[in-house]
Amino acid sequence: MTGTAAARPPATQPANKPLFELIRIHTRAQVLEQLRIPVAVLSSTVFPTLALVFFVLPQTAVTSDPQASLMSIAQLAVFGVMSAFLFNYGIGVAEERANPWSSYVRTLPVGAFPATVARAITAMMFAFFALVPVLVVGATTTAGLQLYTDGTLSWWRIPVSVVVWLLCGLPFLFLGLLIGYLCTSKVAIAVTQVVFFPLAFAGGMMLPPVIFSPGLNTFSQFLPSRAARDISVSALSGEDLPATSVLCFLVWTVLLCAGAVWANRRDQGRRFR
Amino acid sequence: MTAPSRSFQEVLAAAHGVSKAYGATTALDGVDFTVTAGETVGLLGPNGAGKSTLLNLLSGLRQPDSGRVELFGQDPRNPLARQALGTTPQATSVPATLRVRETVDFVGSHYASPVPTAELLDGFGLGAASNKQCGGLSGGQQRRLLVALALVGRPRLVILDEPTTGLDVEARENLWERLADYRAGGGTLLITSHYLDEIQTLASRVVVINGGSVVADGNVDAIRSRVSISRVSFHTSLPPSYFESQPGTVSASLSASGATTVLTHDADDTVRRLVREQVEFRGLEVHAASLEEAFISLTQRAGGPEHNTERKAAR
Repeated sequence: MTGTAAARPPATQPANKPLFELIRIHTRAQVLEQLRIPVAVLSSTVFPTLALVFFVLPQTAVTSDPQASLMSIAQLAVFGVMSAFLFNYGIGVAEERANPWSSYVRTLPVGAFPATVARAITAMMFAFFALVPVLVVGATTTAGLQLYTDGTLSWWRIPVSVVVWLLCGLPFLFLGLLIGYLCTSKVAIAVTQVVFFPLAFAGGMMLPPVIFSPGLNTFSQFLPSRAARDISVSALSGEDLPATSVLCFLVWTVLLCAGAVWANRRDQGRRFR
Repeated sequence: MTAPSRSFQEVLAAAHGVSKAYGATTALDGVDFTVTAGETVGLLGPNGAGKSTLLNLLSGLRQPDSGRVELFGQDPRNPLARQALGTTPQATSVPATLRVRETVDFVGSHYASPVPTAELLDGFGLGAASNKQCGGLSGGQQRRLLVALALVGRPRLVILDEPTTGLDVEARENLWERLADYRAGGGTLLITSHYLDEIQTLASRVVVINGGSVVADGNVDAIRSRVSISRVSFHTSLPPSYFESQPGTVSASLSASGATTVLTHDADDTVRRLVREQVEFRGLEVHAASLEEAFISLTQRAGGPEHNTERKAAR
């Protein structure tokens, strides 16, 4: 044994798999894992649609007004994306950190980046599936579609809106990561819920900001949820988009992204005390 | 202590003066440790000795507070350094909803030339279970899957943390056979186990770690002769505590069969005492201590009897 081992030349280190390939296999594993729990997939998929059915459809003043309908659909769509990202990340990452399997995965020849990107892709994919029924129910039960059939709005807005809604989830994805890396899973559940509802409400995702008091409205304009809501509504309904909303959105995205990266780096060395 | 023949061999993993503390608890204190190509190293020590911390440092899960850790000449926290490393997840941590085949595919696809999944699963007797979800496997099947995962990437170094815990005899033998195959193919193995008799037959070198420091490092015989513990057993009506206080005695205990066993540094002296003090005894037997017993005496210096109970509980 000694002879053969000594005679062997120093092995050249085989290269690691290309980044794209690593992202693909991590995404595949995560999607499969999620799909095997159909209840969880189903509940997150129908959540925004249910909100539309229960909170918007009974208000005939809204459903008979095309502009108000489109606004409500867009608000609930981005609400669904935000909840999917916040909960998937905030709680998912915190749970994963406590799971020995994920510590095993960190001994594989792969960095933290592919798994994180795979998580984002998976979350976007399931959020996308949640948006489709919202659009279908919205188109069939409200007056919103009128603006498209009568030519006021062009059809390209619909696919573009879906992409915009998913992108509008980005700051909440980073916020979820931040929470997930800083908290244990029990704390993360509480923190996510405490953060989620005020953000959604004050961001005008449940009730339109036009009925806000001036004070609440001003406060609202500094929130990422309000900025995401404004951009989402504008994409679908053609409503004017204030430049401040875009600026606010970008600032929050950059800040929260930096926070998520910081939390991830900080976490590496002392996850498993 | 290091055999001269090892000095020109390639070092696969090494710790140089490594210390690591968690808050006020020191897990490792200035540890020097190397694994060279082709070796099988058994890492022994009681719970809390720092074994897992050392393995975590070598596999890139943690960073040392001071000192340097190397894996294939690189920082283990660099993913490239881990291309030729195989490890096992801890028990019962496999993703419950993934199928066995998918789990092996997932891990294997991180490596340049993985063992084909079907071939690997057949080798571990898991071929029939390849379409089951991991959560539906029996405990023994899960353990086998975990070790299979360590070997899927054709690693040059495999690190196993107590791979046989919770396995029945048959599954354990199957496992050691697989590991012997791996070793015969030129593989290097770093392994911890509570089944010390198995380490005794498998390992070419044993490192004993206690209280965060390496207390012994050498081949099995060297470790044994260093501690030179003998086991003197006999039947008597006196309680074991009577013998514990005698000089040279490591421990004394009463077995289920009614025999009193005294572990001693000097068997001759112990027997002489029995005769001189006119202790009534029968069925006297004297044996060289097993590695396990040697290990108890090595690690007992720093700890009290609680080490013993902890170790027993862990088995």
